[in-house]
Amino acid sequence: MSFSDEEIRQLDAIIGHYPDRRAAAATAMRVVQARRRWLSDDALADLGEYLGVTVAELDGIATFGNMVFRKPVGRHIVLVCDSFACWSLGYAELRAAVEAELGVGMGQTTEDGRFTLLPIVCLGACDRGPAMMVDDHLHGPVAPDQVAEILGGYS
Amino acid sequence: MSSRPGLPGSSAEDRPFTRAMRADGRPATLDDYVAAGGYEGLRRAVAELKPPEVTSLVTESGLRGRGGAGYSTGRKWSTMPLGPDAPRPKYIVCNADEMEPGSFKDRFLMERNPHLLLEGMLLAGFATEADEGYVFLRAQYDASYAALQGAIGEARERGYLGEDILGSGFSFDIELHTSIGRYICGEASAMLNALESQRPNPRARPPHMTGAGLFSRPTVVNNVESYMAVPAIVRHGVDWWKGLSITDEGGTKIFGVAGRVANPGCFELPMGVPMRELIEVHAGGMLPGYALRAVSPGGASTSLVGAHEIDVPLGFATMGEVHSRLGTGTLVILDDQTCPVGMTLNMMQFFAQESCGWCTPCREGLQWMAALLEDIEYGRGRPGDLEVLAEGTWFMESDKCFCDLAPGATQPLESALRLFPEEFARHIADGGCPYRRHSSDAPAAEAPAAEAPVLEGTT
Repeated sequence: MSFSDEEIRQLDAIIGHYPDRRAAAATAMRVVQARRRWLSDDALADLGEYLGVTVAELDGIATFGNMVFRKPVGRHIVLVCDSFACWSLGYAELRAAVEAELGVGMGQTTEDGRFTLLPIVCLGACDRGPAMMVDDHLHGPVAPDQVAEILGGYS
Repeated sequence: MSSRPGLPGSSAEDRPFTRAMRADGRPATLDDYVAAGGYEGLRRAVAELKPPEVTSLVTESGLRGRGGAGYSTGRKWSTMPLGPDAPRPKYIVCNADEMEPGSFKDRFLMERNPHLLLEGMLLAGFATEADEGYVFLRAQYDASYAALQGAIGEARERGYLGEDILGSGFSFDIELHTSIGRYICGEASAMLNALESQRPNPRARPPHMTGAGLFSRPTVVNNVESYMAVPAIVRHGVDWWKGLSITDEGGTKIFGVAGRVANPGCFELPMGVPMRELIEVHAGGMLPGYALRAVSPGGASTSLVGAHEIDVPLGFATMGEVHSRLGTGTLVILDDQTCPVGMTLNMMQFFAQESCGWCTPCREGLQWMAALLEDIEYGRGRPGDLEVLAEGTWFMESDKCFCDLAPGATQPLESALRLFPEEFARHIADGGCPYRRHSSDAPAAEAPAAEAPVLEGTT
């Protein structure tokens, strides 16, 4: 078992919010991912053992949700909203500016490990479109020429 | 974002959703909330009312689900088993998984007025003698999470949440649960699977969730705004609530406008406000150089409303008269310089991507519809494609699908084909999209994906 004492403490705390250990699995994955950025096969196996859930079951949930990462990601996650409100307000131009600034396409991580760029469905910020998120910060509306400054704020 | 008075001369009391909101945009604190009459509904309920009486008030108010489906909130609550023999624990679940493209009101409400949600869930808990509440939040709503977490802490400290609330003997607590993503988690029964850390496919019904829901226990699932409507109904009564609306459906509602308008945002207005007034007065009208061509009235699963139909009052019954639904009541405007075919393609790609894959019409059919629309948009359309698309809207009607995802997806498609037949025909005849502004979508959408597959679990 590779969990640190702090991870065990956090896992035990969230397990207490659910009627059984199994039901805590989705939140437990978020807790481990928050510290490690992504879930390796080993991390998933350890989590399965700790919760009494098979790895297959855990991976079934992990690969269903788009916010559980089963491959390494960068220090910051960039999400560009591609839903129809943002699409009609300049998504294509915003996406092109983000890809040019980072030098990577959707699903890729910058070479320095700083950013991973991912598509996202509606961010619920249609009145601020075109919108994007960097980690837990919502930005919008974002003009293409603002992209460099926004991303420059994340080291 | 800003909220506006509903009608000329209306008082703050007539804006139950936004009344306690702070001018600085930060979440209303418990003190802000109480100063605006907050928790008075809960105080009245625990002091004066029996649980079924609270449910009766909600039923008589005419309150219908504000998440899109429009089912009677009180009627749903009335099917929860009551009394000492009812299975325990019983649950109150809040659907805060706002994720349908074009829906942007629950974020506004939770970030600005979190205690209103807590009080609404507390009243639902009191009315159904429930024990525990969960707020199922979408992954990207970090600010909503922080606002609710702060409010829960304050409420526990001051005795509004937890054991023996306000000395009444009623106990109820609320936990926050953040989703790991996916639109289907917003389907109420799939949400319960997600909360249990099961794979979030929708469940077969019956049994209904109020009989066997979360962890197989009786469960109420309602939208954020539905819960938030309840405190004022309990505090001020049914007649007051009914008096707020223009139509007879009662209350105010959070409406929204997005697109090329002068003042996009969320607005608390009486139920039944004409769509035209919402757009032209409250949202400031179209930006110079743009004309309104159609409106998506309440999320991507609601049928588009044509420019000639925007005098319709925004209500559950009236929206049916223009072959659409109220949905979430947040409008997205299609302007005259944006391609209706491209927009429909964008919506269909969303639904195809977010299908859980459980039933065949949705899993296979949506992919077909999206592929056909992509062909038409990018110049590969053929005569006969429009007939296949029209057939697809029949093929994915609700009696042929396991849940409402695919039937919802057919609504924008069916309405776009009905409102813009000449645009679709022109795309096929002319070999592609005549709106140059979006032509950059095509290479950008395909090139990077070919080089490096998108991360597992991210699309």
